Amino acid sequence: MPPVRMKEHSRAKKGTMTRLLKLLIKEYPKEIVISFICLIANVFTNLSSSIFASLTITTLTAAGRMHLNPFKDVYQVVSPFGFTINTNVTYLLIILGSIYTVGIACAYIWNRTMAIVTHKYLNTMRKQMFSNMEDLPIKYFDTHAHGAIMSLYTNDIDTIRQFISQALPSLIQNVLMILMVLVVMLITSVWITLLVLLGGFIMILVLTKTGGKASKYFIKQQATLGQVEGAIEESINGLKVIKVFSHEEKSCEEFGEINNQLCEYSTIANIKGNILGPIIGNIGNFLYILCALLGACIYVFGWKNLTLTSYKVIPGVDPFAGMIALFLMLSRSFAQNINNLSQQVAFIVMGMAGASRCLDLIDEEKEKDEGYVFLCNVIKHEDGTLEETSEHTHDYAWKYRHQDGHLEYRELKGDILLEDVDFSYDGKRIILEELNIYAHPGQKIAFVGATGAGKTTITNLINRFYDIQKGKIRYDGINITKIKKDDLRRSLGIVLQDTNLFTGTVMDNIRYGRLEATDEECIAAAKIANAHDFIKRLPQGYNTMLAGDGSNLSQGQRQLLSIARAAVADAPVMILDEATSSIDTRTELLVQKGTDQLMEGRTVFVIAHRLSTVQNANAIMVLDHGKIIERGDHDDLIKQKGLYYNLYTGAFELE
Amino acid sequence: MLEKIKLILRSVRQYKKYAIITPIFMVGEAALECVMPFIMGMFVDNIKGLSSANDFFYSANGSIPVFYLALILVGMAILSLICGIMGGRFASIASIGLATNLRNDLYAKLTNFSFENIDNFSASSLVTRMTTDINNVQMSFQMMIRIVVRAPLMLIFSTVMAFISGGIMGLVFVVLIPITGFGLYIIVKKAMKIFMTVFKKYDTLNESVQENVSGIRVVKSYVREDFEKQKFSSASDNITNEFIKAEKIVALNNPLINTAIHLSNILVVGLGSYVIFRTAHWDEGLKDFTGGVLSCGQLSSLITYGIQILMSLMMISMIMVMLAMSFESARRIAEVLEEESTIKNPEHPLYSVPNGSVVFNNVSFKYKKDAEEYALKNINMNIKSGQFIGILGSTGSGKTSTVNLISRLYDATEGEILVGGHNVKEYDLKTLRDKVAVVLQKNILFSGTIESNLRWGNEHANEPQLWKACQIAQAEEIVKAKPELFASRVEQGGANFSGGQKQRLCIARAILKEPKIMILDDSTSAVDTKTDRLIRKGLKEDLPEMTKIVIAQRISSIEDADQIIIMDNGQISAIGTHEELLKTSKIYQEVYFTQNRVGGDK
Repeated sequence: MPPVRMKEHSRAKKGTMTRLLKLLIKEYPKEIVISFICLIANVFTNLSSSIFASLTITTLTAAGRMHLNPFKDVYQVVSPFGFTINTNVTYLLIILGSIYTVGIACAYIWNRTMAIVTHKYLNTMRKQMFSNMEDLPIKYFDTHAHGAIMSLYTNDIDTIRQFISQALPSLIQNVLMILMVLVVMLITSVWITLLVLLGGFIMILVLTKTGGKASKYFIKQQATLGQVEGAIEESINGLKVIKVFSHEEKSCEEFGEINNQLCEYSTIANIKGNILGPIIGNIGNFLYILCALLGACIYVFGWKNLTLTSYKVIPGVDPFAGMIALFLMLSRSFAQNINNLSQQVAFIVMGMAGASRCLDLIDEEKEKDEGYVFLCNVIKHEDGTLEETSEHTHDYAWKYRHQDGHLEYRELKGDILLEDVDFSYDGKRIILEELNIYAHPGQKIAFVGATGAGKTTITNLINRFYDIQKGKIRYDGINITKIKKDDLRRSLGIVLQDTNLFTGTVMDNIRYGRLEATDEECIAAAKIANAHDFIKRLPQGYNTMLAGDGSNLSQGQRQLLSIARAAVADAPVMILDEATSSIDTRTELLVQKGTDQLMEGRTVFVIAHRLSTVQNANAIMVLDHGKIIERGDHDDLIKQKGLYYNLYTGAFELE
Repeated sequence: MLEKIKLILRSVRQYKKYAIITPIFMVGEAALECVMPFIMGMFVDNIKGLSSANDFFYSANGSIPVFYLALILVGMAILSLICGIMGGRFASIASIGLATNLRNDLYAKLTNFSFENIDNFSASSLVTRMTTDINNVQMSFQMMIRIVVRAPLMLIFSTVMAFISGGIMGLVFVVLIPITGFGLYIIVKKAMKIFMTVFKKYDTLNESVQENVSGIRVVKSYVREDFEKQKFSSASDNITNEFIKAEKIVALNNPLINTAIHLSNILVVGLGSYVIFRTAHWDEGLKDFTGGVLSCGQLSSLITYGIQILMSLMMISMIMVMLAMSFESARRIAEVLEEESTIKNPEHPLYSVPNGSVVFNNVSFKYKKDAEEYALKNINMNIKSGQFIGILGSTGSGKTSTVNLISRLYDATEGEILVGGHNVKEYDLKTLRDKVAVVLQKNILFSGTIESNLRWGNEHANEPQLWKACQIAQAEEIVKAKPELFASRVEQGGANFSGGQKQRLCIARAILKEPKIMILDDSTSAVDTKTDRLIRKGLKEDLPEMTKIVIAQRISSIEDADQIIIMDNGQISAIGTHEELLKTSKIYQEVYFTQNRVGGDK
């Protein structure tokens, strides 16, 4: 098998963000537009909240100076921006109230819409991932660590959720806020704005420097975390061995070492992240003081204030004080937003990396299928003609349409031929070479050989889990590349060494072989596989729920169930890959009765490392390093006195 | 729950001081953050009163001059910076320290588990506990010492400051805080209830992905891709709808806080203006109202405090959610920490095993106390030191259960087991297990080198001893075939060795312990019969004193044993030599003939 890839803690591919956003906008244009508008409105109301609050105070002071009633009289007020308005406190409160009402409504709408969109989007994403995953070639699963695939559905999806529902709105909000603040500042005073910009520049400098260091250690931390997880997994799986050798102390010591390494790296990474907030916040405070002093100097010394409005500084005249107060508020808000922005950076980076991995799964190339020969059930008439039927009969035929449009049916007999087959998983190391195998209808062909000799590989080629590089495989004379993959696989019943069961009842699991099978048919299949007896003794019989890959059953029982599943499928050709390996010889006898009945009248390929299981095969192929070194039936091979003979008499080791 | 949290916090140990110092710095930061707006208010007020350069340093009306206020503010900012950095730093040290200790503690606990304890937890759940769950606890602990202290303090300080600077106007917040707090509480509580059930369903969904990933060959063989897609799709839709239900409630959070902030602004500004207008009079010198309950400067700082109060309220509600979510993780970690090892060392243990005899007196055994069925019933046997014993029986007949009792991997439910004439419960566990070597059914090598693996048997073994052990176990050629000999790499789980090679190395590892009793639990199944025979021969000739107990499926592995024990359904069905059993035991005959069907009987 090719090497397995573990989870990579890589950075995101370029263009992930654009792609994610494009998808988002394409799928939910209305919602996104509404959310965006509401978000802007919300930011705007938050900003104007501060401006109107200070305007109210200015208005109040103006009333004081002019000895007017701020609630009843309408009078001229010079706003901090320099223009004058006719207003009073009551008007302003009413305006403020309406702005707030709009703001609250907007906040609710965008929060709610974004939450719904996020989950709908994740749902689509998850379904696309799963759907594409199911269509991927087996190679993908053989070359990717299963833990890494799982982590796409849990951790990576979660980072996307954080990105869309939190980081993205925050990003928009903060950037908008910063821009608006800068605009308002520019309107009031260019000089102080320049000062604020200088402060902002310093903040960003600190952010990139400290943040860069943090991310360096963060990467180290992730790598060590991987090691720690590996060590934990290894120890937990080997816990019993550790105990048997009283190796507890030593093993704790070793674990302690890498654990401390992890502690060191993550402490540094975490500290760097933690101190960013206070640093940025206090740069903001210094900036505040400097702004105030600069403002005061302009005010006292009557320096020329450069503004975008025609407003002129008149020393000692009131509105300018209001301006400073407003400015200071803005500078705080500026610092706060930069701080908030810095908190989102990690989420954005992580979200993009996660999204990039999820998109990779969606982009992964599907299994190709160019077949045009279909499988169908037929009724065999006495005159030898075949009639297609939608009923489940035990007779099958290959169906294909000729170029002239007429349909041809060819009876499925189960004749399988491998001609000069070469195969390699990675294109470098040859696994099978010049392989020639034929199985006539109804024959039982066995493969014997050491692990890695290529036994399972052969079955992987017959059902096209992998495609051959050279040679041909023919099924009833048809090149299997011309047969539709689904139909090819449907014609092959497979019982594998690893019995994978699915969450559901025992009945559901048997019916997995053929979804239309009735309860009676399932029970009959269970009887064939000798599984009926133990199923009846389960707490709820056939309705017993199997959880966690059937972990509540013994290995032998699980294997019996998977044989029953194959029996229900009633496929014309069978492949048994070490189907009885983990059953002891006595139980195997019982199972064999079942499998024997299953194999009757069918072409069967059997892989076994227990020679007793294959003795009655029509032909036994002894494989060694991808080549057939001996072939013949049991008696022939014993006579040959070759490897098979040595294996049988126990002189050689199979592994 | 509280006890479980206490149990977890016990692992803080050497980081306790950091965990205590952190909140102190956080208090400092929070206090400064609250006082600063007050000083800033004064600062701004004084700037407004400036009329000449002199006024920067001298103040006419007795208030602190602008320049000094600026210095005070700079000082405060520096202090706040120090507090923030120190708080952040110590919080990191404390929380990551806790996580590191917890990981060590859990690891130590696991290695201390008896086999029974191990069976109680699934391997994958233990891995999750040691990774994800500990991470969650680390995060919420950090949050606890940083923000949980800080946020309520901010709330209190800000409220106090609101009263100091705004007098009676502070009452606005006294009314708003409980109303908003109650609203947040209801939202969080309702949403949490839904979230908790959705998370469980979410786990099931992910389990079904797992099933598909590991069972992909079955899915594809039976062409069930579309069926699985449909199943997944409807489960995923279902979960999405529930998530949305919960999120709709959560979406109220933000608007609620917005409402509270805006409302407080309007109330403060509106009521404040009214109060000022009614109670104060204009002072042209100060350019502010004076003599009343409130001035305009105070009004500004009130607004700032209002925002601070409500923000900390929201912070508290967010923390509550995160803490509630990590409770589940805490519970799962505590569950492991609380698990008592079912097998403990006796108080005055024996530190030597006199010989390799094994006696079972009426031993019965169940895997779980409340299990109905016995795994073993009334086992009686007497093995003399140095004997070679074979055990045969079908899957589930109790072979492994029987031998596991000898080295106290499990304790017998009834009856007693004597090793070297003493009850196994009287021995020091380490002594017993060092003298009773077990080669398990599942042979596991650990990542490292061949040597590091062999040294598990005896840390101080010299090279001749290593070679000798390998020679007996027929593993010599495996080592010699590798260019780096004993220094050759072993990958995780011994993946770069074949089953037969692993088995032989594991036997060598056990030989190095120089045990009095060696148990081979089906541990030569992947070894060919010839090598198998050589291993047995080696054990017999080189270690004649050692008692050898061999569980095997192949009759050839045990036919020359001194005694063969036939197990069936948790009981001993027959004991005898090969010849005796061929005559008397039906099971033995059956197995013998299935394994020796040569050619003819087809």
